[in-house]
Amino acid sequence: MGDFFVLAISCILINNILLAQYLGNCPFLGTSKKMETAIGMAMAVVFVLVMAGVITWIVNTYFLKMLKLEFLRTVAFILVIASLVQFVEMFLKKSIPALYAGLGIFLPLITTNCAVMGVCLINVNEEYNFLQALVASFSYAVGFGLALILFAGVRERILLARVPRPLEDTSIALVTAGILSLTFFAFKGMV
Amino acid sequence: MAKPLAQEFFKGLWDEVPPFRLVLGLCPVLAVTKSVENGIGMGIATTFVLVCSNVLVSLLRKAIPSKVRIACFIVIIATFVTVVELVMQAFAYPLFLKLGIFIPLIVVNCIVLGRSEAFASRNGVFRSFLDGLGIGIGFTLSLAVLAAVRELFGTGALTFWEKPIPIFGPSFQPFSFMIEAPGAFVCLGLLLCIMNLVGKK
Repeated sequence: MGDFFVLAISCILINNILLAQYLGNCPFLGTSKKMETAIGMAMAVVFVLVMAGVITWIVNTYFLKMLKLEFLRTVAFILVIASLVQFVEMFLKKSIPALYAGLGIFLPLITTNCAVMGVCLINVNEEYNFLQALVASFSYAVGFGLALILFAGVRERILLARVPRPLEDTSIALVTAGILSLTFFAFKGMV
Repeated sequence: MAKPLAQEFFKGLWDEVPPFRLVLGLCPVLAVTKSVENGIGMGIATTFVLVCSNVLVSLLRKAIPSKVRIACFIVIIATFVTVVELVMQAFAYPLFLKLGIFIPLIVVNCIVLGRSEAFASRNGVFRSFLDGLGIGIGFTLSLAVLAAVRELFGTGALTFWEKPIPIFGPSFQPFSFMIEAPGAFVCLGLLLCIMNLVGKK
């Protein structure tokens, strides 16, 4: 049990997927202008990442490894993720329309979110077992959401501040992300 | 469509240079630019995928039904990424280890998919080839510039083929912030700011 706790903390804070592993930065900058969109994206990522982490783990262990087709991993994983996203979208549209409306356009965008693919690959590279992969996927997703929502809060404040012309928009956002990343840096050496 | 061919190539070098102008594909940009060598290696790998997928998508653009085009593009891109992965494992193993999971992650690099969707699926083969090459070289150069700044201030030297070449002399105190994660964000932000300053003139 303690091991899982350490794993979760290290995935959420120390190896935060956005700020320490540099994965998933396009949606990080793209959807953080408003708090609402940030929350939508964070929820969509938690949802898809956990499912993708589990399914790619199964595909890798029971199909690719057994058939000695590990070199097809990249192709297989991206296909799993793409079809999963499509499937989740159709499923939500029919059965939970409220959630579907909330996640809206963020669902299809997740296919090319490298955080999802990245976590699936990390799970395989670290040779996690099934439960570890499940905990790691969930914790990475929570870390993603945490960083995204914090960052959206900061960016909403920046809108009210006076920013020098050349630094406007993306530029100041990146510098802010750097400072946020510095605060997450302080968690290093905690475990 | 009447644009001269040369323009398709050169727009990738300044007007639409990917990480700065389009702000796409930031993950590899931030992650592999700890050293110039890594940056250029990643740039070349991405350029290869970009050129090949652009050409193939352009060749098949009449055959791919538009409803499933994104899935088709992804499969094409993933195929070439696998090729790069295997080739690098065979011929550039140290670099392959350093770049780690960022090689397979070229699949989800928005620049590659973006070019297939926005350019190659609408233009001829030769134009798509030039477009891929231009954007790829622009991407490589931006990676190299960012990596050079970070490595120079972070370690005080530039490394080529495992040989560090000191630039600032022995009394320089390495500013290790630059080669860590926070430095990557700040450095890219400031470079973007400089580009904006120059571009406005």
